[in-house]
Amino acid sequence: MTQVSINDTILDISGDGPRLKGMRCKTCDNHVFPFQKGCPKCAGTDVEPKDLGTRGTLWAWTIQGFPPKAPPYLGETDPEKFKPFGIGYVELPGEARVETRLTESDPTKLKEGMEMELTLEPVGKDEDGNDIVTYAFKPI
Amino acid sequence: MSDVAIVGIGMHEFGRHEGVTGMEQGAVAVRRACSDAGVEWKDIEFAFGGSSAAGAPDTMVSQLGLTGLQFINVANGCATGGSALFSAYNSIMSGAFDLGIAIGFDKHERGAFRIQSGSGKGRDWYGGSGMALTTQFFGMKINHYMQQYGITQSTLAKVGSKAMHNGSMNPMAWRRKELSEEEVLQSQMLSYPLTQYMFCSPGEGGVALILARADQAHKYTKNPVYLKAAVVRSRRFGSFEVLAPSLALEHNAGPTIDASKAAFEIAGVGPEDIDLAQLQDTESGAEVMHMAENGFCEHGEQEHMIQNGETQIDGRFPVNTDGGCLANGEPVGASGLRQVYENVLQLRGDAGPRQVAGDPKVAYTHVYGAPGISGVNILTT
Repeated sequence: MTQVSINDTILDISGDGPRLKGMRCKTCDNHVFPFQKGCPKCAGTDVEPKDLGTRGTLWAWTIQGFPPKAPPYLGETDPEKFKPFGIGYVELPGEARVETRLTESDPTKLKEGMEMELTLEPVGKDEDGNDIVTYAFKPI
Repeated sequence: MSDVAIVGIGMHEFGRHEGVTGMEQGAVAVRRACSDAGVEWKDIEFAFGGSSAAGAPDTMVSQLGLTGLQFINVANGCATGGSALFSAYNSIMSGAFDLGIAIGFDKHERGAFRIQSGSGKGRDWYGGSGMALTTQFFGMKINHYMQQYGITQSTLAKVGSKAMHNGSMNPMAWRRKELSEEEVLQSQMLSYPLTQYMFCSPGEGGVALILARADQAHKYTKNPVYLKAAVVRSRRFGSFEVLAPSLALEHNAGPTIDASKAAFEIAGVGPEDIDLAQLQDTESGAEVMHMAENGFCEHGEQEHMIQNGETQIDGRFPVNTDGGCLANGEPVGASGLRQVYENVLQLRGDAGPRQVAGDPKVAYTHVYGAPGISGVNILTT
C-alpha cells in the first residue's frame, strides 16, 4: 500500500525520513512552519525554504478527546470508533515550536520537556485507496 | 473630542432558538436597545455590525428600516464585538457623529467550531490532520500554565460551577442550571485538562448598544454609563496564540496584556479601581489566565483567589457576573457586546438577583479571539 503526504508543500515523505518544510529568514534567522513568503519577526522578505529538524522537546500538550468535524478532518469521526490523540508543540532547537499530533495519547505518559522525534501517522485514504499520512511526534 | 456614553442596551436571549435566524435575533436586540434609549431606528446615524456565521450584518436594514444610515460590517473572530464597539466609540470621539449603534449577532451549528482553510495549495492539511480546533489551544495553554503556576483542576471546576450559578440568575443566559464542582470535574474530558462543562459552546443570540456624545446622553437616559476606553490589539512576535502551526522560540506576553495596559492608561484608572470584570472565558482556564493577563493579580494568585470565592458575585472581585461565555454560550458576533451589556446593567444597578453590592462604579470587559486579538473596554458611571 502506498503512502501519500497529506500535503507535499508542508510534509515531504520522498526521502529517507519525513521532513517538515519550513521557512528561514535570511535576515534575522527566524524560522516559521510552514513556509511563507514574509518574516513575522523582522518583516523582511528575503526568506528561504528550510527542512526543519526532526528532533525536539515537548513544550505544551493536550489530548484531543472528541472527534473533530469532517470536513475538514480526514480521520475517524464516528464517536464509537474514534480514539483520542495527543496534540502538542514540539520545540525544535534553534528553529521554532511546531504544532503537531503526538503518537502518545495517555496523559500520564506525556511530560513537558520530554524528547520527541518526527514520524508519520496515517489519517485517512485518498480516492485511489492510498494511505494519506500526516506528521506526528513520538516520544523517544 | 467628545466623551462617549452608552445610552441604550438591547439583547436577544442567548441559547438555541429553532426557526429564528441569527439576524432576526440581532434585529430584536436593536429594537430593544432603541426602546431602552427612547429613540427610533431612523434616529441612528451609523452602525457597526458583526456576525461570523449568520449573514452580512448590513443586510439587516431591510428588516429594521431603510433609513440610509452608514452601516459597516466588522469581523475579528471572537473579538468581533470589541471591534464593533471600538469602531463606534471612535466614530463619536472623532466628532463626526452624535448617535450610533454597535450590533452583534450569530447562530452557529452545534459542537466545536468548524474551521476550514480554503486557501493554499493542495489538501487542507491543518484541518485534515485534526489540528484546526480552538479547543486544543485552550487545553495546551492552560495545561502549560497550570504546571508553571500551580493552578489545580479543582480551581478550573470552580470557575465552571460559578458560571452556572451566575447563569442561573440570568434570564438571558443559555445555561441556567446549577452544576457542582464535582459535576464539572466528572463531565467528559474534551481536551485535557478541560472537561465538557469547563468549555463554552458556540450558540446563538444578539446584542445591540446605542452610543451617544456624552454631553447629550441625558436626552436619552437618566443613568448613562460612560465608555472611558475601547482598545483592540493584535498579537506581537513571540506570543502563544490559537490556531498557530508554529510559535517563535522567544516569548511575548500577548495582545491581552497590551490591550489592557492601553485601556487603563486611556481611562486613567488602574486594576485596583475596577469593581467587577467580564473576562473572556471560552473555557475555565481562559478566565483564570485572563485575570492575570489583564492585570488583576499576579500569575498563580488565581488559585487562592478562586478557591476562596473572591471572584464570585459576593466576592472581593466579581468576574463574569452574567455567567460569562460558559453559561451564555458564544455567538461570536454578539459575545463581546454581551459583556458590555452586563456591565451597563451592573453600573445602572439593574442586574437584579446578580447585582454586585456596594454600588459599583467602574467595570471592565475583555474579549480574546483568533488569530490572537484582544479587545478591552472600561465603563464608568
